[in-house]
Amino acid sequence: MRISLTVNGKPVSGEVEPRTLLVEFLRNQLGLTGTHVGCDTSQCGCCVVHVDGESVKSCTMLAVQADGCSVTTIEGLAKDGELHPLQRAFNEHHGLQCGFCTPGMIMSAADLLQRNPDPTEHEVREWLEGNLCRCTGYHNIVKAILAAAQSMRAMAKAAE
Amino acid sequence: MYAFEYFRPTTLAEAAQLLASNPEAKLLAGGQTYIPTLKQRLAKPSAVIDLGRIAELRGIHEEAGGLTIGAMTRHAEVASSPLVKRVIPALAALAEGIGDPQVRNRGTLGGSIANNDPAADYPAAVLGLGATVRTSKGRAIAADDFFTGMFETALEPDEIVTAVHFPKPEKAAYAKFPNPASRYAIVGVFVAKTASGVRVAVTGAAPCVFRATAIEQALEQVWSEASIDGVTIDPTNLNSDIHAQADYRAHLVKVMAKRALRAAG
Amino acid sequence: MAEKGIGARVPRKEDLRFITGRGHYTDDINLPGQAYAVFVRSPHAHARIKRIDKASALSMPGVLAVLDGQDVAADKLGNLVCGWLVKSKDGSPMKMGKHPLLAQEKVRYVGDRVAVVVAETYHQAKDAAEKLVVEYEELPAVVDLAKAHDSSVLVHDEIPNNLCYDWELGDKAAVDAAFAKAHHVTRAEFVNNRLVPNALEPRAAIGHWDPGQDAYTLHMTSQNPHVHRLVISAFIGIAPEHKLRVVAPDVGGGFGSKIFIYGEECVVLWASKKIGGRPVKWTAERSESFITDAHGRDHVTTAELALDAEGRFLALRVNTKANLGAYMSTFSSCIPTYLYATLLAGQYKTPAIYCNVRAYYTNTVPVDAYRGAGRPEASFLLETLVDQAAIEMRMDPADIRRKNFIPKDAFPYQTPVALVYDTGDYATVFEEALRIADYNGFPARRAESEKRGKLRGIGLSCYIEACGIAPSAVVGSLGAGVGLWESAKVRFTHTGKVQVLTGTHTHGQGHETTFAQLVADKLGVPFEDVEVIHGDTDKTPVGMGTYGSRSLAVGGEAIVKACEKIIAKGKKIAAHLLEASEADIEFKDGKFTVAGTDRSKTIGEVVFAAYVPHNYPAGLEPGMEETAFFDPPNFTFPAGTYVCEVEVDPQTGEVDIVRFVAVDDFGNVVNPMIVEGQVHGGLVQGIGQALLEGVRYDDSGQLLTGSYMDYCMPRASDVPFFEVVTSRGTPAVANSLGVKGCGEAGAIGAPAAVINAIRNAIGVRVEMPATPERVWRAIQQSPMLKAAE
Repeated sequence: MRISLTVNGKPVSGEVEPRTLLVEFLRNQLGLTGTHVGCDTSQCGCCVVHVDGESVKSCTMLAVQADGCSVTTIEGLAKDGELHPLQRAFNEHHGLQCGFCTPGMIMSAADLLQRNPDPTEHEVREWLEGNLCRCTGYHNIVKAILAAAQSMRAMAKAAE
Repeated sequence: MYAFEYFRPTTLAEAAQLLASNPEAKLLAGGQTYIPTLKQRLAKPSAVIDLGRIAELRGIHEEAGGLTIGAMTRHAEVASSPLVKRVIPALAALAEGIGDPQVRNRGTLGGSIANNDPAADYPAAVLGLGATVRTSKGRAIAADDFFTGMFETALEPDEIVTAVHFPKPEKAAYAKFPNPASRYAIVGVFVAKTASGVRVAVTGAAPCVFRATAIEQALEQVWSEASIDGVTIDPTNLNSDIHAQADYRAHLVKVMAKRALRAAG
Repeated sequence: MAEKGIGARVPRKEDLRFITGRGHYTDDINLPGQAYAVFVRSPHAHARIKRIDKASALSMPGVLAVLDGQDVAADKLGNLVCGWLVKSKDGSPMKMGKHPLLAQEKVRYVGDRVAVVVAETYHQAKDAAEKLVVEYEELPAVVDLAKAHDSSVLVHDEIPNNLCYDWELGDKAAVDAAFAKAHHVTRAEFVNNRLVPNALEPRAAIGHWDPGQDAYTLHMTSQNPHVHRLVISAFIGIAPEHKLRVVAPDVGGGFGSKIFIYGEECVVLWASKKIGGRPVKWTAERSESFITDAHGRDHVTTAELALDAEGRFLALRVNTKANLGAYMSTFSSCIPTYLYATLLAGQYKTPAIYCNVRAYYTNTVPVDAYRGAGRPEASFLLETLVDQAAIEMRMDPADIRRKNFIPKDAFPYQTPVALVYDTGDYATVFEEALRIADYNGFPARRAESEKRGKLRGIGLSCYIEACGIAPSAVVGSLGAGVGLWESAKVRFTHTGKVQVLTGTHTHGQGHETTFAQLVADKLGVPFEDVEVIHGDTDKTPVGMGTYGSRSLAVGGEAIVKACEKIIAKGKKIAAHLLEASEADIEFKDGKFTVAGTDRSKTIGEVVFAAYVPHNYPAGLEPGMEETAFFDPPNFTFPAGTYVCEVEVDPQTGEVDIVRFVAVDDFGNVVNPMIVEGQVHGGLVQGIGQALLEGVRYDDSGQLLTGSYMDYCMPRASDVPFFEVVTSRGTPAVANSLGVKGCGEAGAIGAPAAVINAIRNAIGVRVEMPATPERVWRAIQQSPMLKAAE
């Protein structure tokens, strides 16, 4: 089947088998290997991307289901060479170690912050239900997300 | 995943026709259970009929004082809907607790109840609120008749859930004790005070969602946590697995019922 | 201190590629012409292979090869081996069952490799693998460690009682004598639960034989690429060592599981040659990881502590059964012996200790090192036993520890279990932890919880760890098949930039940053000008890799030694350029200065002179590149006190960790931010062991916890923010940096703190993992709570 969609702002199309997962299409056909696969039961969240602005697990969606949609992956999060505040905060607060869960973690957190610009620690932890990390103990991930939220609020205020 | 054909109808009629003419085909709703099942090669459908682009299956409306929710409405939409929060807040709260945010962004009401996983949350709400399941065959199936067994429902093989109508309860709430690994319900209890009486639906504890009639009767007498204390839950037919033995589940049914009662007010 | 030198909280260099999705993990790499491997695995825990019929699999579309154990035998490939020889107490060597790359005659656990299918695409390989006909004769399985000795089932027919070795350490007679005169004996039985490492990146490999060069390249998820190269060439015999390049690119966590030499990586390398030289790729699915990555822990132990009337420890006696699984993994023999029994002194001056360990085969996944490796098992039993002794003797758990700490003036301290602790100040760390945790204010917090219907408990754990396992002569005498030194090469370029090539491997630990800080500090060059290179056997000097919290204490010191050689050579060049005597040259902050003058040359100028030696000392080699190897004189001994506070919901048995304080002595710290991150991660793995994680098999040997649906990984909502202090260090003496290692501490110390806190709350010790159901059942049985009613 031929599918056409927008990935990181650019129109792309490709030929896929119906059984091709969105993550397989992104990684194998588009070479966007920042989106990872860490499990086969849709729990680890290493594969989280945005489809039409919402976070989804790209290992639990067929590529054909994304036909006509707009997909953003970790590679598309920085705009014009400027890191997203979450990317900066993960670096500043040591929110990653091996880096494998990081793209999914950041994409998931980005969805949280667009829904809830001022989350509590508890809300951040609850939101990360679908994102596993084995390295950081979550401490610095939660810290980074709270810090990014604060800097995004400050930026929004400054822009007013 | 095994290879399969893929169809993406845009109307319910088209979907029903495809299903009728492909007996080995399966419906794909949100896919949050079915795609993992396919990935592990636990299912081998000839074709997959994706309901994702059928607009008429999606949406939340007020109807007869209650709510009618389209089968393809996603958990996140129910969880964040001001209408749901106003009319049946317990339903929004339940949806907010399903899976994780990404599952809620894809998973649907219709998919959940048609699959009838013994540990899923939505069946407890549908049964607890005495909802009505509407289908592509024009049937309106009462919740009490809909859930027939483990992963079994009253749906015919070529029948599609189109919407669920939830009457507005006087009071309702859901309390869940999640499996620490999967976060499905080890025990989830939906308690509702409805026009037709108290309804208490339990998910996770047994092979299929069921009504805890003993608790219902006790709460009919007196709507209080103390009433639940006096009830005995028989563990005989409850699930036992590595996560919880039946007697612990029986105990949790009461604890969760009390918590739901407290939340319902 | 340089701005980004030793001691600075420098954000990590490596982050940029990871936060933008530009890392290169093994599965991100695709080589031209690559084929795909899928393994056919045993569905049975124990069975005889009667027949394998390849025909139907071979006839599937896209299939290039189907290989099984007979092909392995025909090509005379060697078996997988355990690299540490442990001897039983009667002097006999451990009994190593044969472990072929693909099963021959028998399969011994669910997941055992039976065959590999190589095809043009992944889906084709997967489809064909399903078609392979394997006929089994099912055999009864031995699954339960406790029953392994007396079982009529033998995992390896030639190994009686499934007993690999029966090993001991310590003075049994002295221990027996101490018990005979003890005022009190505390006795307990422990199960140390089996865990699955679960690095989030599943194992993966791409094997490639280049027929033109007759050379092999193996891209793989490895913590120690040189060790993989060594074993694959010397023991498996696929390629000679100089013709084999192992590349471990970005690796998504290891925790021990990527140390080992497994069959899959070897098989894809071999398969590449079998299909004529096309690269062959394999990536584990998570379900495969659960049944192939070596598991951790899995002990059953009886322990007894003898005390005098004042609560002083007189002796400790420990009897442990350790589960090896179906085969010996690469280092599995030393984990429940030399990395376990040697730690049983803990932080205490217990004068006599005896430990007996019997290691058994069972029809389960092989068991090997997992974060902490032996030390968590030792620490857990000792610290929960000490708490139990305090309870039995009606002492405060804090006071019984105070009474028994090794005093700070007793170092170096010879323990009764072989180790010599170099430095430490346990009491100071302990009091600091109690102060931060407001130990004395606990009763008020408990009363407040009680008002809300919750049971509150506080638990202590004083762990000891041994890192940087060394020296080679000692580990060699104990049976290690390899040396445990480390290497480094420091290379200046013409323009004064620095490449640091290390034999260690970073898979989350932040070496690219920490090592750059080290070199920036030692050589006075900008941090940004230092690039750390690792993970490629064709680039870096031969090294032993990263595990056992050794990278900085051993690998970092090798870098220091290489820097010292650079400086020594630089002094010769500077002396020539400055027309001074070499002895008068001082090096500081990147400058070579003639002592007592303002005449100097920057290191950049000196390096340039080394590469453009137009004006250069006679007889001195040009260039500025130095290699050093470091074999430490001793282990390092990090130690610390953890204080955990929990609230238990008596209705459901749920345990909520409300507070966790960790004060660690890691000696000197290069990057406190990274060190704290290591502690956080270790703590959550320790908390995972205590509360959530545990492998379960059914009686037939089927793994019941084979996915994240059933094996509970800690999530963000399971843990709080941690209070971590790492500034109370006593510098180590085994390396000039004074560093001790921090990677495993959290996983070692946390379990006992959590379990002691739960016991403090409900009055009963709950076996790990202390799931809500177990805690709830314990509450129903608790004499303490019954008495309170």
